[in-house]
Amino acid sequence: MSSPHWRSQNSSTIDVDPNLHTDVLVIGGGPAGTWAAWSAASAGAKVVLVDKGYCGTSGCAAASGNGVWYIPPDAEAREAAKASREALGGFLANRTWMDRVLDQTYTNVNLLAEWGYPFPVDEEGKPYRRSLQGPEYMRLMRKQIKRVGVTILDNSPALQLLVDAKGAVAGATGINRQTGKQWVVRAGGVIIATGGCAFLSKALGCNVLTGDGYLMAAEAGAEMSGMEFSNAYGISPAFSSVTKTLFYNWATFTYEDGTPIPGAGSQRGRSVIAQTLLTQPVYAILDKANEEMQANMRKAQPNFFLPFDRAGIDPFNQRFPVTLRLEGTVRGTGGIRIVDSSCAASVPGLYAAGDAATRELICGGFTGGGSHNAAWAIASGYWAGKSAAEYAQSLGEWGTQRPVQGVGEAGLISGSQHQIKAEEVIQATQAEVFPYDRNLFRTEQTLTGSLQRLDNLWQEIRSSQAGNQQNIIQVREAAAMVATARWMYNSALERKETRGMHKHLDFPEIDVHQQHYLVSGGLDKVWVRNERLGSEKELVGVSP
Amino acid sequence: MIELVSASRCIQCNICVNVCPTNVFDRVPDAPPTIARQSDCQTCFMCELYCPVDALYVAPQVDPLDSVDETLLKEAELLGSYRRNVGWGRVGEAHRRYRTSSAQEDSTHQILKRMK
Repeated sequence: MSSPHWRSQNSSTIDVDPNLHTDVLVIGGGPAGTWAAWSAASAGAKVVLVDKGYCGTSGCAAASGNGVWYIPPDAEAREAAKASREALGGFLANRTWMDRVLDQTYTNVNLLAEWGYPFPVDEEGKPYRRSLQGPEYMRLMRKQIKRVGVTILDNSPALQLLVDAKGAVAGATGINRQTGKQWVVRAGGVIIATGGCAFLSKALGCNVLTGDGYLMAAEAGAEMSGMEFSNAYGISPAFSSVTKTLFYNWATFTYEDGTPIPGAGSQRGRSVIAQTLLTQPVYAILDKANEEMQANMRKAQPNFFLPFDRAGIDPFNQRFPVTLRLEGTVRGTGGIRIVDSSCAASVPGLYAAGDAATRELICGGFTGGGSHNAAWAIASGYWAGKSAAEYAQSLGEWGTQRPVQGVGEAGLISGSQHQIKAEEVIQATQAEVFPYDRNLFRTEQTLTGSLQRLDNLWQEIRSSQAGNQQNIIQVREAAAMVATARWMYNSALERKETRGMHKHLDFPEIDVHQQHYLVSGGLDKVWVRNERLGSEKELVGVSP
Repeated sequence: MIELVSASRCIQCNICVNVCPTNVFDRVPDAPPTIARQSDCQTCFMCELYCPVDALYVAPQVDPLDSVDETLLKEAELLGSYRRNVGWGRVGEAHRRYRTSSAQEDSTHQILKRMK
């Protein structure tokens, strides 16, 4: 492998600007990344945060309205919150982690109120803190991390991680996509908070989420978990990006001729919608919402109505065509495996937070949806930031002075003559993961067929070089999507049962013998293994 | 998708160039930014929120339109409508007054109550 080396003594020979040294590097500027940055800086660490887009607008939370799994510390309410999702998640969630996340989320959301987030009050005059409007929330988070001294590099996608001689993660390199200039950040500890992967499906706010963090983490040797729980689709008007499913609880779904589709619904009946969409269009009308509800809906989620208002459709009185857009691991529960309560990944120096990390610990195998994922981003971000700061401080100056090496492969291997059209790889990958009859309704035969084609795509892209700076971002995104799809489908093939959101048509029942996590990893050769559900004892203090 | 940078409204602050999550715009010296990579637009409407002078229009369609008519958009009061609806940014003479964020009126609790 001819990966370039970055050594402190010769870094001046590389055209790098900026070339930063920091305690903690956070990759990704959504909720998890900003909470991580805030937490690390509050623990006394010097922090750099890099975002592919603009910290404050990029990611699925920023563009949207988010529920939050915010439950006051009332024993009965907490018990109900934990119990409500256990069966749905296929009994893979962990109550110790649920308790931790509920506690931390409660504390941190209350901090948001102190910082000035304008929470509403309910009819009894009590503050209501279970919902956040994305633009407001993320603008506030950006302000807070700047206040505690975090250096933000916007429009600066990370392209690969740096590791030291022992394999510990020690920073990252990337480019500024507007100037084309490379950057190198040497760090004591690194947090991946890059979100999940929605395969450029145009779901609201999701097109920056292409699995980049998974790929970088895997190249450094990290493992994934729960990648079979990656087949989340959101309902949106067929012409629009707005995948907000909550309000479809008040919808009637019909065929083109206006006849209701038996069994179709926004929650349990989504498979019926998918099945119907395979052969014909599906329409919706929000005819079950009375006038009072209609007014409340407008106040709760103004951006749900944006596409309708602009397209001249009254969704309460007019039918409109709908589709299901893939939200993949963004609304799924799989991601980088977490090995202990510090949110460490399985490689020293690397931490994962938010949608980039597995959410099986609190959701099991069923979509974290807005509220659980929002809570997880807050809590895991907070812990990852704190842990990475402590880790970096334990390394001292050595943390940023050790010899390091970039470990990126696809698109970054110099010397290769093979130039690739990333767009074609992306389209070919989408053809394997978008169709409902491949990803939502899975069979051994279709999974195997998809994997053969995805393996070929990986072979093609892993040995290619990007050609120029502009292409490198897209080539890395394409590689990340192929890699993500391979972990997804290899895990799906291994889980020979139907559990959580994973629907395996050949094995339509839940199997008591498969109540375990599926850990996956590898690049050229993808592997999957079983992992026992951790007990409280095992979850704390397991060192990587 | 992003369809319009209004030349008559744009003040060349280039905030949209900075805040677009998918790097759709390019800045141009002494001119409004161009929509350089429309196909990368994810129809998230964030540029519209951050544009201080309501010069941008994001059509709700995820595929490009043949054209948009700025005059019609103005007449229909669609330029800046998302900002007004969520109470974002400043209004009034010389942009002195902040709008009240609609987050304060978020009625999600009313809705969830009726789902049980």
